[in-house]
Amino acid sequence: MQPAYSCPATFYKRFTRKDGNQETTHYCPGCGHGHVHKYVAEALADFGVADRAILISPVGCSVFAYYYIDAGNVQVAHGRSPAVATGLKRAHPDAVVIGYQGDGDLAAIGGNEIIQAANRGENYTVFFINNAIYGMTGGQLAPTTLMDMKTSTTPAGRSAGNEGFPIKVCELLGALTAPYYLERVAIGTPAHNRKTRAAVRKALQNQIDNKGFSLVEVLSPCPTGWKMKPVDAAKWAVETMPKVFPLGVIRDGHDLDLGHPRRRRQVALGELPKVLGTQVPDVCALAECGTPIAEARFKISGLGGQGVLLLGQILAQAGMLAQRQVTWMPSYGPEMRGGTASCNVIVAPEEIGSPLITEPTVLVAMNGPSVERFGKDVVAGGTLLYNASMVPERPSLPGIRIVGVAANEIADSLGDPRVQNMVMLGAVLACDATVSKDAVWAALPQVVKSKPELIALNKRAIDAGIAAVK
Amino acid sequence: MAKQLIKGNDALLRGAILAGMRAFYGYPITPASEIAEAAAKLVPASGGTFVQAESETAAINMVFGAAVAGELSMTASSGPGLSLMQEGLSYLAGAELPCVIADVMRGGPGLGNIGPEQGDYNQMVKGGGHGNYRLIVYAPAFAQEMCDLTVKAFAAAAKYRNPAIVLTDGFTGQMMEPVEFPAAAVAPPVFDWAVRGDAATRPNLVTSIYMAHEELEAHNRKLMAKYAVAAADLPEHRGYLLDDAEVCLVGYGIVARVLRSVVDAARREGIRAGLFRPLTLWPYPAQALAEVAGRVRRFLVVELSDGQMVHDVRLAINARRPVGFYGRQGGMVPSPAEVLAVLRDPGKEHQSYAACV
Repeated sequence: MQPAYSCPATFYKRFTRKDGNQETTHYCPGCGHGHVHKYVAEALADFGVADRAILISPVGCSVFAYYYIDAGNVQVAHGRSPAVATGLKRAHPDAVVIGYQGDGDLAAIGGNEIIQAANRGENYTVFFINNAIYGMTGGQLAPTTLMDMKTSTTPAGRSAGNEGFPIKVCELLGALTAPYYLERVAIGTPAHNRKTRAAVRKALQNQIDNKGFSLVEVLSPCPTGWKMKPVDAAKWAVETMPKVFPLGVIRDGHDLDLGHPRRRRQVALGELPKVLGTQVPDVCALAECGTPIAEARFKISGLGGQGVLLLGQILAQAGMLAQRQVTWMPSYGPEMRGGTASCNVIVAPEEIGSPLITEPTVLVAMNGPSVERFGKDVVAGGTLLYNASMVPERPSLPGIRIVGVAANEIADSLGDPRVQNMVMLGAVLACDATVSKDAVWAALPQVVKSKPELIALNKRAIDAGIAAVK
Repeated sequence: MAKQLIKGNDALLRGAILAGMRAFYGYPITPASEIAEAAAKLVPASGGTFVQAESETAAINMVFGAAVAGELSMTASSGPGLSLMQEGLSYLAGAELPCVIADVMRGGPGLGNIGPEQGDYNQMVKGGGHGNYRLIVYAPAFAQEMCDLTVKAFAAAAKYRNPAIVLTDGFTGQMMEPVEFPAAAVAPPVFDWAVRGDAATRPNLVTSIYMAHEELEAHNRKLMAKYAVAAADLPEHRGYLLDDAEVCLVGYGIVARVLRSVVDAARREGIRAGLFRPLTLWPYPAQALAEVAGRVRRFLVVELSDGQMVHDVRLAINARRPVGFYGRQGGMVPSPAEVLAVLRDPGKEHQSYAACV
């Protein structure tokens, strides 16, 4: 404990970051900031945590708080201090992170950030300096300006009809579950100042003890903004303001476990590829690898739930295993309307241009609307495979091969209506040589990560589809 | 290692973690939410933090906090969210902080729609925030590049202490393609300028405010000098059949994929077309494009926008050749046949703003 009126060890002896006179602060005579700065600096020294401390300077008169307090220092955008504090504290749970904000910064532009950080129970400490006015920009209305108070932007005084009422931040945050400690104090008399000093210390100690979110609201004199003598301003801060902003503790602790300190999982660097699944073993070298193919463009379309995306993925995976260039693209734009799902799969010998298919070489149409929508697009000499269970009438389209397969009935006969997509995949294998059955067999377990008996059922369905065409 | 079939968005996120990213702060928006969803699972599992922020404004400032703390962090969003992040990007650049932002572009302006577009070019490449700064911008066109260019974006962000953007679209994010990931993960860097809450970094200050006018001018000149080094160091592009081309198509991202098909189709018709695909949009591969201008007769820029990149093409070639433009917007993507028709008949080109100046 140091004697009163001495300089705290964590207060810079000279303000070398400051322009001009480096012996004096930039604050006006009678301003409350100096008091609170001193209590913060003193607590950091007394608690032995100055090395761990990170002070976040806001926008407002305390924009230069980093001139004075010997800690790690950060200067941030207007109102965003709680979000920045979140990023800092999550990175370094043992850092003592201090948000220092004025009423415009915290309660106006940064209103959402402070509410949400408090609601997450971020384990950091906020000092909220409420002087009921915008100081730095020259005395405009603040969200905490008292009723009838004249400011440069409320020349006739604050009126409920135009500006509403002063925001009571502590009470507002007190409606949340997570905050650990909320207290409103004031600067103005020795007794008030002592209470402020105690609250500052408590709020910092809470963070050091990993208790969670603490905020101290300080009613603070602004002689310049209020156009008062310092003595009168001090009196106004402790006598008039508390009529609107009652002094006292709003929240003092809780028994909730918020998981503090929120430490990260320890993961060795070498573990990451496993965690991310980014290292896959070479599974197969298929006989077809390296054999020439022409570019094949498969469009697979049907109702949502008919498994068209999965069908396409197995085709693409099989193409990849055969060391082809492949791309798989789900339906897009106009194609997405009307309850249909479709995907585009291209298997090609070299780098693929557009992944979008306008002229499929093979169209797999699982229902009637798919035939109507894409049938006419099939390239001359291409193939239309349609699900005869859903399309009773054979489509008549000139210049292409048309094959119907009763996928639903075949799937039902195998005991699972869901494998109708696999039946159609079998039909693709029977009609188009781009992808081999061997490749599909190798691809299946990599795409359908399900029980072995389901893989076996899928294979039976594919074989049934092949048989239906042949 | 073998390739795996994986979505572009998933490749981007995994690439980021392998590049050392350990904090992801995001806000849901279509079509970028998938990246956040993957991050929610994989970033904590990789020893990092994921938090869903209350807004894009908060997300970019959480990224700011993580960057001050000395770690590589990222967010992912789309146009409307990026508009909210512009403030943060200006502060990040001003305070010289590294981070990566994935912009999965959608249709605009306003709420627009969720279709693919490239209307954020000006916002991201020219800087949508206030003041004198640049963003490093990468434009992937393949799922493989969603990984590779994200890795490069982190490296460039760390090297130049500046935000880097991965500018992409819903298509490139949704596409599944074979991707081969880097075999080893990069160790997260340790920055001596950071503020970590320890004795070593206690003297540090991270700020973007310089009250003395001379000081801010000096700071801005320092940034300019840094950007000049980046402009010499970072530009990348891919050319396709440019050696004997008479007409050079220029496009990035998903459009470049369409244009490759256009080039092939044009060649089959005897039109000697080639493709210039910038991988970096800032710094723009201007020198490489200027060299192409010495060989070709004309350019055709194709974009999913109102022609925002046309200016950069004209500037790069010093307007020595005609630069035509064809653009689709609102989520519409031109087919190769559609662009081929424009290539055959310049009368079908659109007018871009660049033609008005």
